[in-house]
Amino acid sequence: MADAENSKWDITITSSQRLLDLGLEEVWRFRDLIKLLAHRNYMVNYRQTILGPLWYVISPLMTTAVFTVVFGVIGAMPTDGVPPVLFYISGVVVWSNFSSNLVSTSDVFIANMGLFGKVYFPRLTIPIATVLTNLITLAVQIAVFSSVYLIAAYFGARVRPSLWILCLPLLFAASITMAVGVGLSVSALTTRYRDLTSMLGTVLQLWMYATPVFYPLSQIPERWRLLVALNPVSTIVELFRLATLGEGTVSFYSVVISSTVIVVAFLSGLVLFRRAEMNAADTV
Amino acid sequence: MGSVAVSVENLNKEYRLGVMNYGTLAHDLRSRFARWRRKPDPHASVIPPENALRDTARFREGRFHALDDVSVEIEQGQSIGIIGENGAGKSTFLKILSRITMPTSGRVRLRGRLGTLLEVGTGFHPELTGRENVYLNGAVLGMTHQEVRRKFDEIIAFAEIDEFIDTPVKRYSSGMYVRLAFAVAAHLEPEILIVDEVLAVGDLNFQKKCFGRMDQVGQEGRTVIFVSHSLPTVGRLCPKSILFEDGKIVTYGKTVDVISTYIKRGLAEAPTDLAFNQPAKPGACGKIRRILIENHNGVPAGSVELTEPFYVVIEYDILMPANKVTISLEIHLDELQMSVVTLSDSELQPELLANRKPGRYSTRVKIPDRILNTGIYHIRSGMVQEYQIVDVIESSSFQVEDNLEIADIVGFSRKNSITALQIPWSLERLGAP
Repeated sequence: MADAENSKWDITITSSQRLLDLGLEEVWRFRDLIKLLAHRNYMVNYRQTILGPLWYVISPLMTTAVFTVVFGVIGAMPTDGVPPVLFYISGVVVWSNFSSNLVSTSDVFIANMGLFGKVYFPRLTIPIATVLTNLITLAVQIAVFSSVYLIAAYFGARVRPSLWILCLPLLFAASITMAVGVGLSVSALTTRYRDLTSMLGTVLQLWMYATPVFYPLSQIPERWRLLVALNPVSTIVELFRLATLGEGTVSFYSVVISSTVIVVAFLSGLVLFRRAEMNAADTV
Repeated sequence: MGSVAVSVENLNKEYRLGVMNYGTLAHDLRSRFARWRRKPDPHASVIPPENALRDTARFREGRFHALDDVSVEIEQGQSIGIIGENGAGKSTFLKILSRITMPTSGRVRLRGRLGTLLEVGTGFHPELTGRENVYLNGAVLGMTHQEVRRKFDEIIAFAEIDEFIDTPVKRYSSGMYVRLAFAVAAHLEPEILIVDEVLAVGDLNFQKKCFGRMDQVGQEGRTVIFVSHSLPTVGRLCPKSILFEDGKIVTYGKTVDVISTYIKRGLAEAPTDLAFNQPAKPGACGKIRRILIENHNGVPAGSVELTEPFYVVIEYDILMPANKVTISLEIHLDELQMSVVTLSDSELQPELLANRKPGRYSTRVKIPDRILNTGIYHIRSGMVQEYQIVDVIESSSFQVEDNLEIADIVGFSRKNSITALQIPWSLERLGAP
């Protein structure tokens, strides 16, 4: 018995868990699963669809067209002197990447309860795989944006890209981090409160109005701008426009505030998610 | 003595009943608000679930104790069966071991990788092909990509579906689907494997193959924990077993002993003397009113001796003068769902077929010793009139026990046959070999 006591145990299951134990090593051990889940998401999304990935081309173009007509032509809202089509499509690409990542990571427990009730694996693999699959969408949409951008530039539109363009991957990483942070929190909370799922759509719509997607931040009075920075997506949209179109309202303070919000949202999302993971089988 | 693969210490799992967590935010807020004002919670459930009255010991302070201070150590390389009634805590135990749910308190420690098979085809996606699903399912169950690739051909051969491997599984027949799913699971190579009654899949041939695979896994020095309601299966696969009752471990030992403990506990609750007081069917010529088993001393009993005869007593009513009425009985072996002895009162007494007068009758049959082997039986008795069934009843289960352990003389704990007949042998010495 003594040797059994002394030798190492591989897995210990107890009731408590340290607050900041994120189980990331274990996620790493299941990296093959992440790959396969991402592959599954991709296959399931595209098999038996007529247009396949073409949807991701059409949908931002449609939204941009609607915005251009409604806000540009009818509403005649200012666009910081940028050609309206480019102005709206830049907002749409950033926003749709953010919102699709948020939505697709917000129902991890509800959507996978059948699986979670039958077998253990690190639950974080599911949202990670989802984010990886969403990168394909992002790539397609960036390609769409670039095409529109180059066509507009060819026809002499006033665009002034800056060196900040090199920071775009970082910008999207920040956007995804924020989306996943909120998505994981919502996932965790929906294990107890199902009604959050139906609230999410409305909240996202309001959130979009609070984000300079179809209006420039410069329209907001100066003293409110730091308050707006509490919504990191607004800073990200403005940074994206500054980098690609040369127009954007960003200050050092707004970047600091937004970064802080992103970090806090992400960490609390992770912690909430880990806590929900322990009880999900009993509460869902 | 091998090293311990699974160590469970003082494991508890409690569920809070009804209070809070109604599932919507509005409900929760109302509950919290009410408690904050020291008013009764409007959403607390007053009535605990149905079977609460039976085991009040498991309800304490508004909590249901699904597992109650469970401790056990399982040695490496053992195949352990887990048996017990529904709701005894088996599934909760498995779920904690396989990390699907957390214990309320206590600790489980495991040595080696753990594989769980609570369901076949976990994580299968209908849109994906067989090949894609094999890899995905393997990964969900904890295999790496390399491991699956190495075993891929073996898996496909086991599942017998080579030509369909690149077809989406939604086009599979249910048999193919299950075979493929089980094949993946069967090729898991964790040091500890938890299996929950998934073996009952596929046709007879495939089941045999699965059992073979399970045996092999056991011989490879892996620890298998197997939950099942099928006692013969547990008896066949697991040398040792754990019996759960009301969230506690009752016994842990040799499967034969554990099963007999389980059965005895079940029999203790069953009535030995059954009465049937319902009115007879309209137009029926009679009805069986009572059935009981008496041991060799003539005392009603739920358990009889292998080496002694016992009696079956049947009381019945004849409601109108009737011809060609026969009372029959069948002794069924519960485990195999088959009749071992079938008797009719008129087969040796044809005169009973003549006109029977109305009245209540009692009949008694002596079942000779050693006709029934040890096991659990029940009796089905019927009243038949000219091939027409008038009435059929079933007795509670009873047990045939071998308290003298006659079978042990030859080194078996039980004769491996339906009957336990002991027949004299003659012997003569013919000379030098």
